[in-house]
Order: sequence, then C-alpha cells, then structure tokens
Amino acid sequence: MPGLTGKDQVLTDYANKLATLDAPKGRSLTQDALRRLAKNKAAVASIAIVLLIVLVAFIGPYLLPWGYSQVDWSNIRKPPNFDNGHFLGTDQNGRDMAARVLQGTQMSVIVAVVASFVSVTIGVIYGAVAGYFGGRVDAIMMRIVDVMYALPYILFVIILMVMFGRNPVLLFVGIGCIEWLTMARIVRGQTLSIKEKEFIEAARASGAKPFTIIMRHIVPNLTGPVVIYATLTIPEIIIAESFLSYLGLGVQEPQTSLGTLISAGAPVAEVLPWMLLGPAAVLITLLLCLTYIGDGLRDALDPKDR
Amino acid sequence: MIGNREPILRVRDLAVEFTIGQEGLFGPKKILRAVKGVSFDLYQGETLGIVGESGCGKSTLSRAIIRLLPASGGEAVWLGRDIQKMDTKDLLGLRKDIQMIFQDPLASLNPRMTCGAIIAEPLQIHMPELSKADRTKRVAEMMAKVGLLPTMINKYPHEFSGGQCQRIGIARALITNPKLIICDEAVSALDVSIRAQVVNLLMDLQKELGISLLFISHDIAVVRHIAQRIMVLYFGEVVEIGDSEQVTMDPQHEYTKRLIASVPVPDPRVEMERREERRRLRREAATKAA
Repeated sequence: MPGLTGKDQVLTDYANKLATLDAPKGRSLTQDALRRLAKNKAAVASIAIVLLIVLVAFIGPYLLPWGYSQVDWSNIRKPPNFDNGHFLGTDQNGRDMAARVLQGTQMSVIVAVVASFVSVTIGVIYGAVAGYFGGRVDAIMMRIVDVMYALPYILFVIILMVMFGRNPVLLFVGIGCIEWLTMARIVRGQTLSIKEKEFIEAARASGAKPFTIIMRHIVPNLTGPVVIYATLTIPEIIIAESFLSYLGLGVQEPQTSLGTLISAGAPVAEVLPWMLLGPAAVLITLLLCLTYIGDGLRDALDPKDR
Repeated sequence: MIGNREPILRVRDLAVEFTIGQEGLFGPKKILRAVKGVSFDLYQGETLGIVGESGCGKSTLSRAIIRLLPASGGEAVWLGRDIQKMDTKDLLGLRKDIQMIFQDPLASLNPRMTCGAIIAEPLQIHMPELSKADRTKRVAEMMAKVGLLPTMINKYPHEFSGGQCQRIGIARALITNPKLIICDEAVSALDVSIRAQVVNLLMDLQKELGISLLFISHDIAVVRHIAQRIMVLYFGEVVEIGDSEQVTMDPQHEYTKRLIASVPVPDPRVEMERREERRRLRREAATKAA
C-alpha cells in the first residue's frame, strides 16, 4: 500500500520485525482484579484455608489408621483418643469420625464443584441468549424460569431419583439444574445492559453473527457477576446437599457427606458431642471462607461498587 | 471534481419509525418518526457531513443505512442494490464495504479483548482464510498506519488514552478495505487537540485510500473542516444540503443560521479583548463607587 507519509516504510519494517518478536503483554482486567484480590487479606487467607481443607480431605484418608467404613468393635461411641488413632472419636457403629469427616468433606466439595459448574454453564448460556435476543424469545425463556422457580426443588430431585435411581452424580446434576435459575436471571440482566454498549454495535456493524457476539463479546464481560455469584452459590449448594442427605435423598451409607454427618450428630449432641463438632466445624469454616472469597472477588472485580 | 459521478450510495426518502409505547393492550401505538424521508447521494472519495442537534436523527439515519435498524420507508441503494432487500450473503459483503467508527472511543472497544484481537475481528469475519500470522501482520501494519505503535498489540483498551482508543476504532474500520466509513460523532468525545489529530488522520487516510466518509457531528466547525458537502438535519428532515463553503458562508435556512451562530469564535485574542473590556468596565464602576 502507498505510504501515508514517509514514515510508512519504516513502520512496515518495524511491524515485520515485530511479527517475529514478542510484543509486550498488556494487563488484562482479570489480572488487575487478581492483583486487587491479592491485597485483600481476608480473601487470601480464606483461599488458603479452603485449599488446605480440600487438600487434607483428599490426601488425609491415606494417612489415617482407620478407613471411613471400617468398624472398630472395641471402640464404639468413644471420645477422641490419640492412643488408638481415633483423633475425632468414633460413632455409634465404631467408625472413625476423622476418616468420616474427611470423606464427607470430599463428597461435599465434589458436589459443590460439579453442581456449580453445571449451574454456571446452563445459567450463563441461557441467560445470555434470552438477554441478547430479547423480545418474545426473552419473555418465553424467562417465563420458563419462573415456572421452574415455582416448582419445589425437592420434588424435582425426588423425580430424578425415581427415574434414574440413587446415584451421587445425579444428585450433583440435580442440584445444579436448580441453582442455574438464579444465575440465568442475573446473567440476563447483565446481558441487557452489555448489549447496549457500543462495542456490541460495532461487532454487529462489522457482520459478526449473534452466536459469535454472545460467546466472544457478551460472555467474557459477564465474568465479574458470574464468578461472584458462583462463589456465593457454592455454600448454598453444600447446604442443599446437606438438606437432601438429611432427608435420605442424598449420598448413601457407608459413604457420607458433611450434611449427613451433621444430621447424624445433631440428635446425640448432648451425649456424643464430638460427632457433631467435627463435621460442623469443617462446614462452618468452608462456608465462611467461601463467603469471604466471594466478597473479596466482588470488591476486586467491581472496584467501583466498593 | 470527485472521481466517478455515479453515486456509490443513493438514499431516497428513507424513513425510520420507533414504536415508543401503546395505550392499553389493543390501543393505538405511539410512534416516533425519527427520520422522515431523507434523500442524498454519496460519491466515491467524497465526505458528506451530517450536522444537526442531539436527537435530530443523525445516528438513526446512519444505523438505518447499514441496516442495523429497520427502515420503515424509502430506500438506500448501495452500488445499485437496495440494502433493505439484501440477503444474508450480500449483507455480509455490505458489512465489509461499509464500516463504522463510533462516538465513545472506550465503550466501542470490548474491554476483555486485546487491541490486536479487536482490530483483527473484522478480518476473522470477512477473510477467515487468512492464517494467524498473516492476520497479525496486517493488524500491525494497520496500527502503524493509524499512528499506533505495533508493540501495543497485546495491550487492553483501558491501557490506552481516548485518542489512541479512537485510532484503534479507525484501524478496525479500515482493516477490511471498506469503500465507505460512517463516522458517528467519531471525534465528539475527544478533546480539541486530539480531535484535530484524529480528523487530520481521517482526511489523510481518505486521500490515500480513496474511501468515502459519512461524517456525522453536531459540531459544524469540525464538519466544515473535513467535509466537501454538508447536510443539515432538523427533527428528522433535511433542511439544507450543499457544498460546505456555501452552507457555512451563506446558510439559507433559519436553523442552519442558528447552528452556525452557536460556534464560538476560535480566536483567543478576540475573547481576550472582550475579557479586558469587561475588566475595564468593572474597574471604572469600582472607582466611581469609591
């Protein structure tokens, strides 16, 4: 192409040279947010604690002398005792509480991760599509969400259980399928405001297809609210799982989860307090830390709203 | 005077209406007529300025021309074909030929994409056969052409100044070698010195590449500088269209006269004299009182 000014030739050479070199990296918004998050002491500490809990939950069982379903006939309903390796005591069946708490934590963490992944995936795509297309599509899609909201989710999970049998995976998916409703609403609202931005119009003017616009321009700009809401959903999911397990719809014996352990420990809290305190302490720590992480992420991703 | 006298864009009686509400469920619809039958021709290599106050339908008109908004009447003919009747394939070709530059430099760039990815996007859409290396090379060349350092290719929009962001917008518009660029208030959000730079850049690029410009602005001073012809819109109607000299020096319509009178005197000495005069009067009043 002919030069604008005499500089063009020089600049083209420069551009060619650059093609072989690495241009310096910019700071993305995510990197900025992570930097702000790193300054938030409560959030950093919470992340460390959650990571520690997860690590211990998955590695710990290999280091304990007792398995989670192993019965120690000589130690039934015993308080914590370091000599025989029951660090958190035993339950009514002589099973080691420490092993059971670790197994329960594992289960709860898996439920939380899988269910929030399912809910984020469905919710983001559903909400973004409804918000982007708007009009009648939006009205129909959001009315479906309203109807789903009105259905009691216990009923939903029971139906799933009846149809597909008792299966922990199903439980994860079932919870995820319920949690996506709120996510879809949040995402739709955000999409409505993002799609009015000029860069969306610019993409449309340059001929991008609706699907490309949603995936390339809208979804990445939803990161903030979605990440924040997802971290705040995890505690909700853990609680929902506990509740379902309490009703006998969740994980099955001898496997366990934090919710199941607490529900087993609650009635005997006066005579065998260690059965309640162990799992309750882990659950409360997890929930508190996740809430702090969610708060920290919100501050980091939307510095304006602080 | 300007190349080929066959217009590349011919707009006839183009009208755009919005429904802004309805009385009851079956009541009459309230309709806002934003553009009421606008006609003009645009030739290759020419700049047509569109001026008018906020809300007079300038942007709506430009959106209707490239079919981002549906027109309710009239026609816009691009190289002999009616834009309103184009199928998807032709429309994609139109999107390649007509590009837009937007008002807010930062808002028109996706904050999650790097400058390189933003400029490369129209290339991905219109020339998917290009290899990644070719694309990067073209993007770097285009950045150099609009006065950005190609080393900034991996930076994000928030790391650029307003003027640089607008250059990214211009690079994105130019990368597909368009025949027409619609500048929708492209320099209104920039401060005066940057505005001059960007306007001159646009004029240089136009001279070099022979593209046409549809330059929309509320600032008649800028439009007079860049455009050969000026069209004045008032409440969705063309009140005056003609050579920019003629329109600015000898406005025919009452509204155009008011618009021109609203431009401040671009001479600091004149302003200073007026200020001196005001000070002198104040001093005199003070000594008289004492």
